[in-house]
Amino acid sequence: MSSNEWPLWEVFIRSKQGLSHKHVGSLRAADAENAINNARDVYTRRSEGISIWVVESKLISASDPKEADSLFDPADTKIYRHPTFYEVPDGVLHM
Amino acid sequence: MKDINIEEKEREFQAKIDADIKIEPNDWMPAEYRKTLIRQISQHAHSEVVGMLPEGNWITRAPNLRRKAVLLAKVQDEAGHGLYLYSAAETLGSDREASIDDMHAGIAKYSSIFNYPTLSWADMGMIGWLVDGAAISNQVPLCRCSYGPYARAMVRVCKEESFHQRQGYEIATTLANGTPEQKAMAQESFNRWWWPALMMFGPTDAASKHSALSMKWKIKRVSNDELRQQFVNVTVPQAELIGLTIPDPELNWNEEKQGYDFGTINWEEFNQVVQGNGPCNKERLDARRKAKENGVWVREAALAHAEKRKAKMAS
Repeated sequence: MSSNEWPLWEVFIRSKQGLSHKHVGSLRAADAENAINNARDVYTRRSEGISIWVVESKLISASDPKEADSLFDPADTKIYRHPTFYEVPDGVLHM
Repeated sequence: MKDINIEEKEREFQAKIDADIKIEPNDWMPAEYRKTLIRQISQHAHSEVVGMLPEGNWITRAPNLRRKAVLLAKVQDEAGHGLYLYSAAETLGSDREASIDDMHAGIAKYSSIFNYPTLSWADMGMIGWLVDGAAISNQVPLCRCSYGPYARAMVRVCKEESFHQRQGYEIATTLANGTPEQKAMAQESFNRWWWPALMMFGPTDAASKHSALSMKWKIKRVSNDELRQQFVNVTVPQAELIGLTIPDPELNWNEEKQGYDFGTINWEEFNQVVQGNGPCNKERLDARRKAKENGVWVREAALAHAEKRKAKMAS
């Protein structure tokens, strides 16, 4: 049998109004409409969502885990970016 | 970037596993870890999909509308579980269609329990209660498996399975409290499913060939024999509560180990079913192949439609 597989899609669900869409998994579908319909059946059978985003997996660019150190380590040394770095005299309110 | 050698990568990998840091799809992993996971996750997916067949047999003959709606929802869940798992396997580079074809060719396995026939309505009770119950015991520790996408899929699956087990126990309870004929039907079905359910945990620890590495890699977190013992310990009182008898003359409470001793599993039967000689192996594979072949035109038509629409939008 010829391999005529549908493309792979990543699925993002907004669980309720006020929250952002979150990645839940992937599925195969012929096109975007088909992917949304399939996502409804696969990922929201128990009221898990009120909105669905789908994007073809091949369109996603990702950072390389091998470069995680050089990408993210610099932030670790910049503790002055956090409010707890600063000394505030006793008695100061509302800060 | 300097090229660190493979032993160092393996050491780093194991250090992550030991520190309970999850492995994600693009992370470096030993080839054997990847292979083991692809085998296990796709077998698991195949089991969910083939698992729809024994219960599908009773959808049109459910005794009332409530039972029918529940059974339909349960079978739909099994399809969903298969899909979560195929997509988890794909994150490791497994080809979905090739893996399905391997199952159809008998190269890839699925859980042997689904090679037993469903002869009476009581079997719907036993499958939910015992088969899904055993599956839950296996799957709960998998929620903490070292591979992120598999662990996340298992969290969803486990949440949904608990309804499956309860609906099964409800069927068993209703029959066990029913007429003498209904109670006999429940006991007869229980007698057929008890031992195959115990076989679901796989070979004994001494005979299990994949266990040691899987434990080291935290793909597997509890041994086959431990899981089987836990299952027996929780299930025996459930059976007693509704007046069903465990079909095992050697079953006995062991005060010292705070668990039940039970008889020896018929491993010859287990091996025969795994090797393809169970009562329904052929029927199950035929049904899966037929489903795939009969669906070819639908998949092709959907793709052609998508192409046509894309072309129309571009012009």
